[in-house]
Amino acid sequence: MRHLINITDLTCAEIDSLLDLADRMMKAPAAYRETMRGRILATLFFEPSTRTRLSFESAMLSLGGGTLGFASADSSSATKGESLTDTIRTVSAYTDVIAMRHPKEGAPLAASFKSTVPIINAGDGGHNHPTQTLTDLLTIRQEKGRLHGMTVGVCGDLKFGRTVHSLISAMSRYPDVKFVMISPQELRVPEYVLAEMRKKNIPYTETERMEDVMPSLDVLYMTRVQRERFFNEADYVRLKDTYILTEDKLQAARQDMIVMHPLPRVNEISTRVDDDPRAVYFKQVRCGRFVRMALITALVHAAEAGADTLFAQEERNEY
Amino acid sequence: MNIDSIQRGIVLDHIKAGRSMELYRYLGLDALECSVAIIKNVKSEAMGRKDIIKIDDNISIDLDVLGYIDPGITVNIIENGRITEKKHLSLPETLTNIVRCKNPRCITSAETGLDQLFVLSDRENAVYRCRYCDTPLKTKDA
Ligand SMILES: [Zn+2]
Repeated sequence: MRHLINITDLTCAEIDSLLDLADRMMKAPAAYRETMRGRILATLFFEPSTRTRLSFESAMLSLGGGTLGFASADSSSATKGESLTDTIRTVSAYTDVIAMRHPKEGAPLAASFKSTVPIINAGDGGHNHPTQTLTDLLTIRQEKGRLHGMTVGVCGDLKFGRTVHSLISAMSRYPDVKFVMISPQELRVPEYVLAEMRKKNIPYTETERMEDVMPSLDVLYMTRVQRERFFNEADYVRLKDTYILTEDKLQAARQDMIVMHPLPRVNEISTRVDDDPRAVYFKQVRCGRFVRMALITALVHAAEAGADTLFAQEERNEY
Repeated sequence: MNIDSIQRGIVLDHIKAGRSMELYRYLGLDALECSVAIIKNVKSEAMGRKDIIKIDDNISIDLDVLGYIDPGITVNIIENGRITEKKHLSLPETLTNIVRCKNPRCITSAETGLDQLFVLSDRENAVYRCRYCDTPLKTKDA
């Protein structure tokens, strides 16, 4: 049974097929209104995330399927002391696919060992969030027309920001991708991520100043710099404005660069940037819905066909 | 039990000097009924000094545990007083229920009944990572 726990569970070919399907769904959503008719998606949110949960539910409803689940651990049987694996065994008897978010790292993997339906990791602590990465990839491909041959700037908290690590590991698999890491010293990309990149000969540079590298970027991926990550208030005050994207700083960027952000945003992108055609973070949200539609469809079809490869049934299923 | 020769059993050779007691505990040899000899600080041409453990019975030994603790150990199987098999160890690809994950944010800290799984992520540097949370194992501790 195929699950999506980590973005690296998917081959590049499977990612390409998922993005292709998401593109087709976005262009002609009506054609997919019945694709998941009669199937049920469980959204098990042991930790609340309204944004992500709504995105999954919207995706399943758009495909003609139904949803059930809970929005926080208070309303689940976990508060009665039921184990995660018992909850999963029960819910997989009621549903055809499960999207789960859990505060503990690795919880979706543990769930996948006992589930009889595909598990989608909708975030496990600060660990993995593969549907965010799929969303990011779809956005980049739609806006730039490709995933290879790209200089990707990632900016902000690169130490704890796992969406960034996951994006790096996914984009590193495409040829000729360079990374520019823009962060304060304290929030640099962890050494083990950099070591992995060096091992694969992925070129990268590190800088503290966004302005210096702006003209070289095809993509600027912004993340939040959280106050609590700093050792002292003085450093935070000194650095926080450095990592705020303003109209002024955007002046130096290429006309075809895109600005992305996983949202929610606090103040790291000035709202005055929102109307710039290069700002695509709200388009990203829309991509999130369609990429989840594609993922649900592919996982459910693979499970129903007993296939170990996504899209092995593609010809027969006419999507 | 004659320490020099056993008729039927296992000899763990080339143990790093001083680590035999640790192995004794890991392998649960204290629970055995048969004779077990721990020989410390044996002179060795290759290693300077080494430890040896002799077990006077052909028990089943978890080679993964052994390989994880010290891939340099040689396992000699003895039948009729002669070595019938020599096993050289290597770092196992996975460790199942040998070590525990210490990350408090890991699901294994909250959910009982899960296998403790570690995967070899860097053979050169002997780095294992928790299959659930990817946290690397720091030292070889149980
Ligand atoms: Zn762990």
